[in-house]
Amino acid sequence: MDTDTDTAAPANTADPTRPDLPGGHPSELSSPPPRGETAARRSATRALLRLSPYAGTVRTPLVTATLLALLAVLAGLAMPLAIGAAIDGPVAERDLAGLGWMAGLVLLLGLVESGLHLARRRIMSGPTTAVEARMRQDLFHHLQRLPVAFHDRWPSGQLLSRAVNDLSTIRRFFAFTSVFLVVNTITILVGLAILFSISPVLALIMVVIGIPTALITLRVEFRYNSESRLAQDQQGDLATTFEESVLGVRVLKSLGRGRHLARHFAAQARQLRGTELRKIHLLGWVWMWIMVLPEIGVAAMIAYGGYGVATGTMTVGSLVAAITILAYLRFPIDSMGWLFSEANETATASDRYWEVRDSLREIEDPAEPADLPRPVRGELRFEDVRFRYSGSGGAEERAGDDEVLRGVDLTLVPGETMALVGATGCGKTTLTALASRLADPTGGRITLDGVDLRDLRLADLRTAVTTAFEDPVLFSASVRENVRLGAPDATEEEVVAALRVAHALDFVSALPWGLDTRIGEQGLSLSGGQRQRLALARAVVARPAVLVLDDPLSALDVHTEAEVEAALRRVLSGVTSLLVAHRPSTVRLADRVALLEGGRVTAVGTHHELLASEPGYRALLATPDDEDGRDGVAEPAGNEVSSR
Amino acid sequence: MSDPADAGTPDAGRSPAPTTTPSPTDTSTPGDDWRGVAAEDVEDPEGQASLRLERRSRRLLGELIRPRRGPVALALLLTVLQNASYLAGPLLVAGAIDVGLPAALDGRPEPLLWFVLGYAGAAIVSAVLQFAFITLSGRLGQDVLLELRQRLFRHAQRLSVSFHEGYTSGRLISRMTSDMESLDRLLAEGLDGLFTSLLSMIGIAALLLWMDAPLALIMLAALVPLVLVAGWFRSRSRSAYRRTRSSMANVITHLVETMNGVRAVQAYRREHRNDEIMGEASGEFRRANKRALDVLAVFVGATRSLGNLNLVVVLAVGGWWVADGRLELGVLTAFLLYLRRFYEPLDRLAMVLDSYTGAAAALEKISGVLAEAPHVAEPSEPVRLVSSRGDVRFEGVEFGYGEDRPPVLPRFDLEVPAGQTVALVGATGAGKSTLAKLLARFYDPSAGRVTLDGVDLRDLADEDLRTAVSMVTQESFLFSGSIADNIRLGRPEATDEEVVAAARAVGAHPFVTSLPDGYRTEVHKRGGRLSAGQRQLIAFARAFLAAPAVLVLDEATSSLDLPAEQAVQRALETVLRGRTAVIIAHRLSTVLIADRVLVMDGGRIVEDGPPAELIGSAGGRFHALHEAWRDSLV
Repeated sequence: MDTDTDTAAPANTADPTRPDLPGGHPSELSSPPPRGETAARRSATRALLRLSPYAGTVRTPLVTATLLALLAVLAGLAMPLAIGAAIDGPVAERDLAGLGWMAGLVLLLGLVESGLHLARRRIMSGPTTAVEARMRQDLFHHLQRLPVAFHDRWPSGQLLSRAVNDLSTIRRFFAFTSVFLVVNTITILVGLAILFSISPVLALIMVVIGIPTALITLRVEFRYNSESRLAQDQQGDLATTFEESVLGVRVLKSLGRGRHLARHFAAQARQLRGTELRKIHLLGWVWMWIMVLPEIGVAAMIAYGGYGVATGTMTVGSLVAAITILAYLRFPIDSMGWLFSEANETATASDRYWEVRDSLREIEDPAEPADLPRPVRGELRFEDVRFRYSGSGGAEERAGDDEVLRGVDLTLVPGETMALVGATGCGKTTLTALASRLADPTGGRITLDGVDLRDLRLADLRTAVTTAFEDPVLFSASVRENVRLGAPDATEEEVVAALRVAHALDFVSALPWGLDTRIGEQGLSLSGGQRQRLALARAVVARPAVLVLDDPLSALDVHTEAEVEAALRRVLSGVTSLLVAHRPSTVRLADRVALLEGGRVTAVGTHHELLASEPGYRALLATPDDEDGRDGVAEPAGNEVSSR
Repeated sequence: MSDPADAGTPDAGRSPAPTTTPSPTDTSTPGDDWRGVAAEDVEDPEGQASLRLERRSRRLLGELIRPRRGPVALALLLTVLQNASYLAGPLLVAGAIDVGLPAALDGRPEPLLWFVLGYAGAAIVSAVLQFAFITLSGRLGQDVLLELRQRLFRHAQRLSVSFHEGYTSGRLISRMTSDMESLDRLLAEGLDGLFTSLLSMIGIAALLLWMDAPLALIMLAALVPLVLVAGWFRSRSRSAYRRTRSSMANVITHLVETMNGVRAVQAYRREHRNDEIMGEASGEFRRANKRALDVLAVFVGATRSLGNLNLVVVLAVGGWWVADGRLELGVLTAFLLYLRRFYEPLDRLAMVLDSYTGAAAALEKISGVLAEAPHVAEPSEPVRLVSSRGDVRFEGVEFGYGEDRPPVLPRFDLEVPAGQTVALVGATGAGKSTLAKLLARFYDPSAGRVTLDGVDLRDLADEDLRTAVSMVTQESFLFSGSIADNIRLGRPEATDEEVVAAARAVGAHPFVTSLPDGYRTEVHKRGGRLSAGQRQLIAFARAFLAAPAVLVLDEATSSLDLPAEQAVQRALETVLRGRTAVIIAHRLSTVLIADRVLVMDGGRIVEDGPPAELIGSAGGRFHALHEAWRDSLV
């Protein structure tokens, strides 16, 4: 019945005893992130055991809470007995004083019951929310240090559902599921024993009723959970479609394709409705049985008990007590199925959590880090650097020769500005990512002032080398915070100066709250050119020895470009910079230009030298005016480059 | 499903689906400066939530329910019947004890047997009715939700671009995600339960009053402290849940932004700061959640204590009266059984009340969006335009973004004959993009008119207008699906060959075929690896496939490198033959293929002529621009 929780991924043999060691286990980095249900269903017990390091921190409250819950439940169970005794004794004998005593006893039991339940919840609320927060923090900490390649494969939604939903399931397990798995088992056994002491037949009736009830709830809960996961996925898909229809509303409007997407959305929404209806059906089904089975048990008890009372083998009081006990055991019996399925959910959640935590960080500080010679001169050297994207699409992709960089040799002299030119998709951006170790080359090495990047502390490296990306990432934070990303301790003056250099100060001052204005997705949206200028300011404020800029001028209009260009020129002086360029205007900022073709640097020289000597370069950067007619020489060369 | 009190923490069961963007309900805590200031989400009816729905919500709800009156009435009938049969149970137990047992003692077991059978029968009927009610009311709820989702989707598409710009995508998306979820949660957590609980409480009270009024009054006296406790819980839990929701929204935002921007995070050594921020956000959620759990603990503890206290009072007084002979023993037993059923739904009721307030607020926000009238509305009696020549005219057009802001186009006249390629040049803010948006009817002019083949754009059916006029912008948005799907968006009925031909025409074919799955490559899975230029080429191919009579390019080539741009230009020259085109370009190279160049400044045309002519006129603005550009090349 839970076939859909099975996927055929290979089991991950991880050492459950040392989960806090980062990168301690081999993991299948190459497997694409699974959707919805994950990883192999290992033994649920083993998955739960992996939570033990965290469970350890709540051991004392957990044990205390279990004991309190047990006492509370037993007190609750004793109440019907006391009531039964009151009816049989003082009430039947018209002993008002005795009735007072019995009522006092019931009151005591009742207060103990509710008081202990209250205490249990209060004891658990602190530690379990703390465990959840700690697990989330550890997950987040780990995620931030996983390589970019990992994040390319894992949609943030998948990570989010682990950090939110799965951790919430785990917290619930600590706070409630684990406690009541123990307590309810004991309660049911004790209740059964009491019933047995009243009458073995009544106990038998409870067993006959209780077992199918628990089995039905367990079975339905399993199916309900898998439908819930499906519904959650479908909700996610629906949200994605709507999100795209809103973000792409201009495209849809200008092509008149709103209805097209609306049909798609309607189909998805109906699918979701189908899943929800199946969930509702299951819910109705389980409620029906939960309601009817115990009642039939009560009917059977009355029939048998009535017969017993009539024949004098049983008292009315004990019959009432038995019925009340059955009523009291209803919740523990019903919930056993639910608790088992919760435990199973928790096992899945734990698997999903550790699946991410077990992923290797790969790019980390070396065991014995070397120091950068001070001051950093900024000589960046690529030696036979090779790179291939691994594990992005499974075997069929790896079969092809998809090496992006095939032996890049390039040296940046300290202080010089080197432009990197190449056709779209030739690996320029990949090369820039290697310089600050967002990825490591799959062959060859990169050195900074003669030290292999992999021998440097990441913090040292990334302080010395700063990268500004083509698609600038802005966070939902103030402008100041966004700029200070490059240097958290930068002063106000430095931030303002950097904004001025990047020609961003004017528009930032014009924002409603100036530097305090929140930008990003949850704040004001900025134009492409504005975003790019902020990204530039961010790189400027960092004052690195080596600056890597991925096409910093692409989204600027002609007028602004000229201004930013002038500003950049000031920024670049004295700093070693690698500048990805698509445009002659950007190339003009560089001292030398490197031409990247076929995964190699095929030529290095000034703009004019390369224009004169390299047909490939001419095809990329010569404008129609530089050629003898735009349909002439350039075209075949251009085709050659771009169709490779 | 079983103990609701423990099972559902506010965010536990159904936290937002992975892709949702939480609505920014800002709770500025100290140390939040980094977040910066944003326009506060002013529409936050949850703040002054009451049990009453606003008129707008009521009207919407009425519209949704009216067509389903029959099933709704049936569901109500089912739940009434179900409650009646459920409440019969203890009554039959009382009968069994008071009538059946004495009879059995007298040697007549039949009455007892009948009571037992009646009890079992009532239980079975009640369970079956419960099943019918749950499925019927569930279906009703899901139908309403489905209709609401579709309405919201279609309405969002109808609303003008200016609405989207003002409302922001994040807020609109949370209408569809978190607000719909609030409604869904109410449906799932038991709008049905609310009915049943209230009904059974009322039923029990009536029944007990009928059985023995004095004892019933003693028991019902406990309602007074219960109502007080529930009121306390509602006010405390509402603020606690609000805090958990907003702090969780912060956790989610921070996590998603960090993961999506992980390149920048790592390159700028942002990890530690992010850890701190996450520690704060997550800690805030932890405190809020602990608080919510503690409030719940007190509530559950208090109601349970009251229930037990009530039990003791009923037992003591009832026992005394039974001893006095004033009360039947069976009635006392029934009282004790009903007491349990009376308190059973209380925990649930409190939770449902909470999700009800959340859902009412959500409905209010959704109805707010649905009440927005589209500014750029489709005409009621559209003029049909079978095939357009592409003759574009601006006649006395005036336009400004909002009353209080200076007009972007003061008074604008322009005629673009069919087939002409016009390039617009000018500084940011000169009105180029506005012109393009008016032509694509993203906005309507505040005065004057824009015509296509002599027909006012406002009189054209949306479909005809969109077939005739297509716009490609700088932001080349790709939808999830394959590259082919994205190109095909230009013309859904296009064949694979036509898709490839369009890609070939703009020079996108080589890079597409170099991708592992070619045209079937999913853009979203690999969207990160498509460069801005590649995305733009796909958007171009899309527009070319659409083959409109009028093509508007708003800085559509900004991310292309020169070879790609040249390929696009060559394609443009063939594709644009016979079509009207309006091109806004950063790069003067693109401008040179135009038949005519318009230099704009302050919403006016300051130079107008063929490019060669303008270049030649020394002292002109275009001449100066061109000089600067030429210098930049060498």
